[in-house]
Amino acid sequence: MSIDTAIAAKVAKLARIRVEEDALPALAEEFNTILGFIEQLNEVDVEGVEPMTSVTPQRLKRRADVVNDGDQQDKVLKNAPDAREGFFAVPKVVE
Amino acid sequence: MSDLNKLTIADARDMLRAKKVSAKELTADCLTAIDAADALGAYVHKTPELAMDQAAAADARLAAGDAPDMCGIPLGIKDLFCTKGVESQSASRILQGFKPEYESTVSQKLLDAGTIMLGKLNMDEFAMGSSTETSAYGNAVNPWKIDDRDLTPGGSSGGSASAVAADLCLAATGTDTGGSIRQPAAFTGIVGIKPTYGRCSRWGIIAFASSLDQAGPMTKTVRDAAIMLEAMSGHDAKDSTSADIAVPNFEAMLTGDIRGKKIGIPKEYRMDGMPAEIEKLWGEGTAMLRDAGAEIVDISLPHTKYALPAYYVIAPAEASSNLARYDGVRFGHRATLAAGDGITEMYEKTRAEGFGHEVQRRIMVGTYVLSAGFYDAYYNRARRVRALIKKDFDDVFAAGIDAILTPATPSAAFGLGEMTDADPVAMYLNDVFTVTVNLAGLPGISVPTGLNSDGLPLGLQLIGRPWEEGDLLNTAYALEQAAGFVAKPNRWW
Repeated sequence: MSIDTAIAAKVAKLARIRVEEDALPALAEEFNTILGFIEQLNEVDVEGVEPMTSVTPQRLKRRADVVNDGDQQDKVLKNAPDAREGFFAVPKVVE
Repeated sequence: MSDLNKLTIADARDMLRAKKVSAKELTADCLTAIDAADALGAYVHKTPELAMDQAAAADARLAAGDAPDMCGIPLGIKDLFCTKGVESQSASRILQGFKPEYESTVSQKLLDAGTIMLGKLNMDEFAMGSSTETSAYGNAVNPWKIDDRDLTPGGSSGGSASAVAADLCLAATGTDTGGSIRQPAAFTGIVGIKPTYGRCSRWGIIAFASSLDQAGPMTKTVRDAAIMLEAMSGHDAKDSTSADIAVPNFEAMLTGDIRGKKIGIPKEYRMDGMPAEIEKLWGEGTAMLRDAGAEIVDISLPHTKYALPAYYVIAPAEASSNLARYDGVRFGHRATLAAGDGITEMYEKTRAEGFGHEVQRRIMVGTYVLSAGFYDAYYNRARRVRALIKKDFDDVFAAGIDAILTPATPSAAFGLGEMTDADPVAMYLNDVFTVTVNLAGLPGISVPTGLNSDGLPLGLQLIGRPWEEGDLLNTAYALEQAAGFVAKPNRWW
């Protein structure tokens, strides 16, 4: 299917990336080029084939259900653009 | 002595152990070479003081005896690896100033082995690209040059490839999601191996597409790749997909004897419009392996054609999820907000400012293919096709094939900027021969095997059975010896 500017705007919104109105037509065109390329997959007979979940047939390891980390508040906050009083600070979320 | 930066890992190791050189001397020569090579754009964060401290520690360890193979070896580290206290930005504006409080498992293993970090290396932003032109730091440049144009070193590990080819380190780390070790290695006349998925821990490597990403060494020789891969490999409790499988001594497996090995030549890799020089190189490589005693077998990997389209669903889907963490809250860049802007505006402005064009495009393609109503049509279909691609390989290996020989890239290095106006799919085609290997989780290695008519390096790729990197490296070693590739770029920088 063809992507128009409305769909491009919706995808940008879902991805939380601001795209200016005048950039939407070019973005939609790029999506169409890429999706056109991807459409080739429709030629493949995938009847009865399970979607791959893991490339190596391995059973994930388990570990004891115990606390094995923590007490690293300073390190966790070290790279934050805005950290105050031991927390990440963000603009007001609720009115 | 001078020009110690031109040594291989194996030669440097032997000289360090024989006390003919010190790690400090090796490191000093590398640092001198690095400072004279800013025109290559390979190093984006230099760490000379840290390197000299690490060299002193390595010398002490060597003096005490019992030092590991990699002790005292100066390396460049791709910017994708988190390195404690040193900028790790994934070549993105969105991670401007990010200094991790921790060290990636692979780089920690290398440090534990006594290696020296010279600095961080340029790459495509978040490893998304095939030319290192999407880097927020600016381009990396190929040390190979044939006219007044600057050529790409390939990507995404373009800085690593450029640094190794120009002797700005003895070797470098790379990562490979669709060809990002093997394609730049081929473009710069060096060796690069992507090991089996799960061989190296992904912990602390900034994620692009988690089911495809693998770290690997980029080196001057196959022997060096064997030595360095062993030091990078092994199980890690912090990466649940890292395999708890013993790591062999890969170097000890380099006998050069490949008599009786079955080498598959897949007919689907003979693409329409393949340049004659690539076809010729492939034929020559086939003849070299035959002359070394291998049996050449024509094989079929019927779903090859669908690997790139499947990749361009799966990789963006995983990227859109992985890169959701860059929200301007916990690390990196946050946009300056206008009065009244709320948290949604913060996310949207931060991500628009922080991510480059290609990264934005892939995040949005990934968002689209995962969105309600399209998930089955795109994402699940791509994962089904991926299962078929893996089965193609399983079938030929089950039929007794030991390794598969293909071209590494569809061309030699192209000029920086030459692909700017092309549509995005044209750039994606660079990975046409390498991407299947990531989708199937297999080990693949690029070996420099010749020069094209212009004098630029070309590489061939060998694909091996899962977990049999040792056997793969040995076949690569035989190919390397037969090809006798010794050309180096003429210094212009």
